[in-house]
Amino acid sequence: MTQPLMIDIQNISKWYGDFQVLTDCNTQIRQGEVVVVCGPSGSGKSTLIKTVNGLEPFQQGDIVVNGLALKDPKTNLNQLRSRVGMVFQHFELFPHLSIQENLTIAQVKVLGRSQDEALKKGLAYLDRVGLSQHAKKYPAELSGGQQQRVAIARALCMDPIAMLFDEPTSALDPEMINEVLDVMVELAKDGMTMMCVTHEMGFARQVAHRIIFMDQGKIIEDCSKEEFFNTQRSERAQHFLEKILH
Amino acid sequence: MEWLTVFFSDLQSSYPALWHGFSITLKVLVFATVGGILIGTLLALMRLSSIKIFNLFAQSYINLFRSIPLLLVLMWFYFAVPFIYTGITGKYLSIDTALVSSIVAFMLFEAAYFAEIVRAGIQSIPKGQSAAAAALGMSYSQSMRFIILPQAFRKMTPLLLQQSIILFQDSTMVYAIGLLDFFRTTYVRGDLMALLTQYILFAGLVYFSFSLLATFLVKKLQQRLRV
Repeated sequence: MTQPLMIDIQNISKWYGDFQVLTDCNTQIRQGEVVVVCGPSGSGKSTLIKTVNGLEPFQQGDIVVNGLALKDPKTNLNQLRSRVGMVFQHFELFPHLSIQENLTIAQVKVLGRSQDEALKKGLAYLDRVGLSQHAKKYPAELSGGQQQRVAIARALCMDPIAMLFDEPTSALDPEMINEVLDVMVELAKDGMTMMCVTHEMGFARQVAHRIIFMDQGKIIEDCSKEEFFNTQRSERAQHFLEKILH
Repeated sequence: MEWLTVFFSDLQSSYPALWHGFSITLKVLVFATVGGILIGTLLALMRLSSIKIFNLFAQSYINLFRSIPLLLVLMWFYFAVPFIYTGITGKYLSIDTALVSSIVAFMLFEAAYFAEIVRAGIQSIPKGQSAAAAALGMSYSQSMRFIILPQAFRKMTPLLLQQSIILFQDSTMVYAIGLLDFFRTTYVRGDLMALLTQYILFAGLVYFSFSLLATFLVKKLQQRLRV
């Protein structure tokens, strides 16, 4: 049974001046699929994930998200972004707003929901990430792990069709990584379409369907989890895995 | 100490006039600060815009007003405001020309300074914040209004207030176009009553006290915002 295509990355190339950060990247993510993108730093994995919702422009190729092409001038980029959740390395909660305002502001201002409806939804997701008692606090009063869980809840409030994670645990202390990964695992099990840039290979083993390995702006490996962990094909990926698997 | 007692007894009778002068100074201060920050914010947004023509306009504006003495700007507007008003409406200006042109001149002049403060404030907000706002589907203006500017203004408030303290002192320059602000009122009264030295000393003391007090309060606020 094949699920419909959710994210279709078609031959993306991107340059910063003369420096090519992405070279002919090509991959398709189907609905409900969990794809982990890994690779050494500077390999372009964060840049690639940011092109999916148009946060990073690209010069060549195109990306089709849920049937909407990013390069198509008729595509409303803001509307598309409002439906694609994104979680950042440094959480990026809005520090001047309380947790519940963080959860509701985009629902109200972007989706046009009523304050009551937005708050109800926000608190429901806050409860789901286990932080309902912190609704009135400000981001600075929470730990990094808690902030990241709020950030995930904030993205979920928008009823996203897919979630993008850009190194969601790499700015966290080791003891906080699991609380965030647990939320992500649960999300994956619920059938959310996910594209995650992460070095957490335990997470990849547990829930990923596919692994993409990148190096120097190119997708070197794009295969099922089983294939990736069991039969190493590229020397570069093998070298990388040896370094991060203990 | 007779010169002091004479001065103090005269001060009592000149109190209403001085108060009126002070209210004029406050009017100039408040309108110029509020208007200057509004125009300054607009200029800062233009300055940071990727649209070349906006950028060029803001840059030229800021450079122009920062390169002209305030006194000249004041005089220009004193002569230009009624002229432009008559040109547009065909009627003669029936309002207090000196007051209105002072406010307009200060507003436009200070906007150039406020713009640079606001620009620095916006740039001090991490890029990730606007990325997060965009990722939630916010447009540029929503992101500015709800996310970036509120944070930037919180950071900038002490600097903006500091600038308005400078404006408070600079507002004495309206004497050049004959506006009876606090300083000019004291000057005129002193001249009239042959108590010029006392009155000017008194004016200096008032400006000094208010500025010092305000600076102190801004410092307090700054410490509070830092926490």
